[in-house]
Amino acid sequence: MTATAPDMRLLIIEDDRESADYLVKAFREVGHIADLAGDGEEGLSLAQSGDYDVLVVDRMLPKRDGLSLIGVLREKGNRTPVLILSALGQVDDRIKGLRAGGDDYLPKPYAFAELLARVEVLSRRHGGPAEETTYRVGDLELDRLSHRVARGKDELTLQPREFRLLEYLMKHAGQVVTRTMLLENVWDYHFDPQTNVIDVHISRLRSKIDKGFERPLLHTIRGAGYMIRDGIR
Amino acid sequence: MTAFGKLVRTTAFRLTLVYLFLFALFAASLLGYFAWNTRRMITEQISTTVNAETGELSEIFGRRGLRGLVGNIENRALRPGANLYLLTTPNGQAVAGNVGSLAPGVMGTIGWSETAYRRLDDQDNTDHRALVLVTQLSSGFRLLIGRDLEERRRLFGIVAKAAQWSILVVVVLGIGGGIFVARRVLRRIDAMTGTTQRIMAGDLSGRLPVGRSGDELDRLAGNLNAMLERIEALMTGLKEVSDNIAHDLKTPLTRLRNRAEEALAKSATEGEYRAALERTIEESDGLIRTFNALLMIARAESGQARGNMDDFDAAEVANGIHELYEPLAEDGGMSLRVKTAPVPVHGNRELISQALANLVENAIKYGKPVPPAQPQGAVISLDAKQILIEARRDGNQVLLSVTDHGPGIPETDRRHAVERFVRLEASRTQPGSGLGLSLASAVATLHGGELRLGDANPGLTATLAIPALKGVSDRLAAQTQDVPQKVA
Repeated sequence: MTATAPDMRLLIIEDDRESADYLVKAFREVGHIADLAGDGEEGLSLAQSGDYDVLVVDRMLPKRDGLSLIGVLREKGNRTPVLILSALGQVDDRIKGLRAGGDDYLPKPYAFAELLARVEVLSRRHGGPAEETTYRVGDLELDRLSHRVARGKDELTLQPREFRLLEYLMKHAGQVVTRTMLLENVWDYHFDPQTNVIDVHISRLRSKIDKGFERPLLHTIRGAGYMIRDGIR
Repeated sequence: MTAFGKLVRTTAFRLTLVYLFLFALFAASLLGYFAWNTRRMITEQISTTVNAETGELSEIFGRRGLRGLVGNIENRALRPGANLYLLTTPNGQAVAGNVGSLAPGVMGTIGWSETAYRRLDDQDNTDHRALVLVTQLSSGFRLLIGRDLEERRRLFGIVAKAAQWSILVVVVLGIGGGIFVARRVLRRIDAMTGTTQRIMAGDLSGRLPVGRSGDELDRLAGNLNAMLERIEALMTGLKEVSDNIAHDLKTPLTRLRNRAEEALAKSATEGEYRAALERTIEESDGLIRTFNALLMIARAESGQARGNMDDFDAAEVANGIHELYEPLAEDGGMSLRVKTAPVPVHGNRELISQALANLVENAIKYGKPVPPAQPQGAVISLDAKQILIEARRDGNQVLLSVTDHGPGIPETDRRHAVERFVRLEASRTQPGSGLGLSLASAVATLHGGELRLGDANPGLTATLAIPALKGVSDRLAAQTQDVPQKVA
């Protein structure tokens, strides 16, 4: 599907055998390495001994619950990015999870494409370079300090929100970002709009950065979200 | 437990016993104090007169010698109801007086003493008691003057009897009253217990008997009845909701299952399978959305989201939602505008944002102007296509409203429109869960406000009315006058 990021080592800590097996298989299919722990204690010892890029932690686990596991890891100085999976999907549960030291929170039931996109973004954040002041994708250039956007020799005029949308997409260039990720990170809303409100924003942005250029940069990834990337895959 | 045992165990009865004990103690100490004081007064009186008489007689003895004294004593002793007198020689022989016998040794001690005595002229052989003063005269004679104590004893007897009777009466009346009160209370409590047991057994329509006296038991019964009323309403609501949920989740679930079955039976090519699976995923996503919305409503209604509230400016929420939905509205041939003044509120920003987003989505979906009946020359004005988001303050309330100029909702349907899963006839053709207004309404209720649906002539004005943040109202009132309204 989108094995765009370099191979990752993942640890999945989930007690429901069926969904755990499904996750391991799905991650392996897109080229990542996934280990599995069935309870909180096993998960904690594996997370401490292994060198993982991202931990995917179910919130409710036998022996030790997910939040306490993350708490112990953070206390011991382990900064591996953690994505919390939980059947509790309400805003305050999310806040609780992030406060406990989680880096992202995905309520169940989720689409695998959504989980994969989020895990890849987390992993990049973990090992990636420091925040750059200028993002470049092909001939598209975004200067985060002067808020200047140019494609080739053409200066582009973007609304403030369009700028932030493009900034987020370019920060994760080459990676899939989902509609919910955009709504959360660009607009800071955590609800689920019933309409295709994000798509409209994307198509406006697209008409500004891609219209009239031969090589489109902003791609729609079917069933997942969007990606900014030089060249057609 | 026997009826009596139950009675004795009542609070009223126990309280009566405590009061009874305290009252008896009080009565006894009052009477005791009275008796003791009287006795002291009588004794004092006796000693004063006896002292005076002793002085008188000593003087007579000094002036007129033994003979004069004896004569005087004999004189005095003969008076009726008189005091006790006795004069003895140095070797103890009686010389004059009216004392027949004394307790032994009385004459031997100089000073005050209490003694049993008998008069010379006594007919009955009963002993009396007296308070006597023995003085030593010169040349060894001793003089005894005393007063009978009968009066004091009688007074004491009267007091003791009064004490006995009053305590008896207090105890009898107290226990009787206690039983009466306890039985009255017990009867009413028993009636209430009976009703509550029936209610617990499942008859939620039962109500506690409320008397007319307006006492504490009546107030308690009244409050419990109000509580039962609320519980019954909640239970009815819950049942309605679960019926609705069952219906509205079962329908798409059935559709989902049918599609999967059909695909399994009829699909031949990979493409057909793929299409069926994609439809299945779409359908389950819709189900998940519905389910999330239901959970959110339940959460807002149960007040759980109250823990996550802070102070913020509702105008920012209005501007944010405007910014998010403006392109969508434009795509739908509408124009979305916003008009705000600073309106601080205390609440859950996320929920208020979502509620407002729902109202805006509704306006975009259903707020398209109705084409006029005569098509010729009919141009729908730009204004009619405008949706306005407004954040303003009205007295103690903050109003977040969304106004469109579509067909609106007939007044008779407005109440109905807020209910869960209700999709008015006009909206059935559009996608949606029928939960948008329910959520907005639940969010308003959570914040102590309400969702109002009004007429925009033509069109609909949906307003989230929530209480303004207290404490900043004056500062804000001053502020809103200075700051020009922001119109985007």
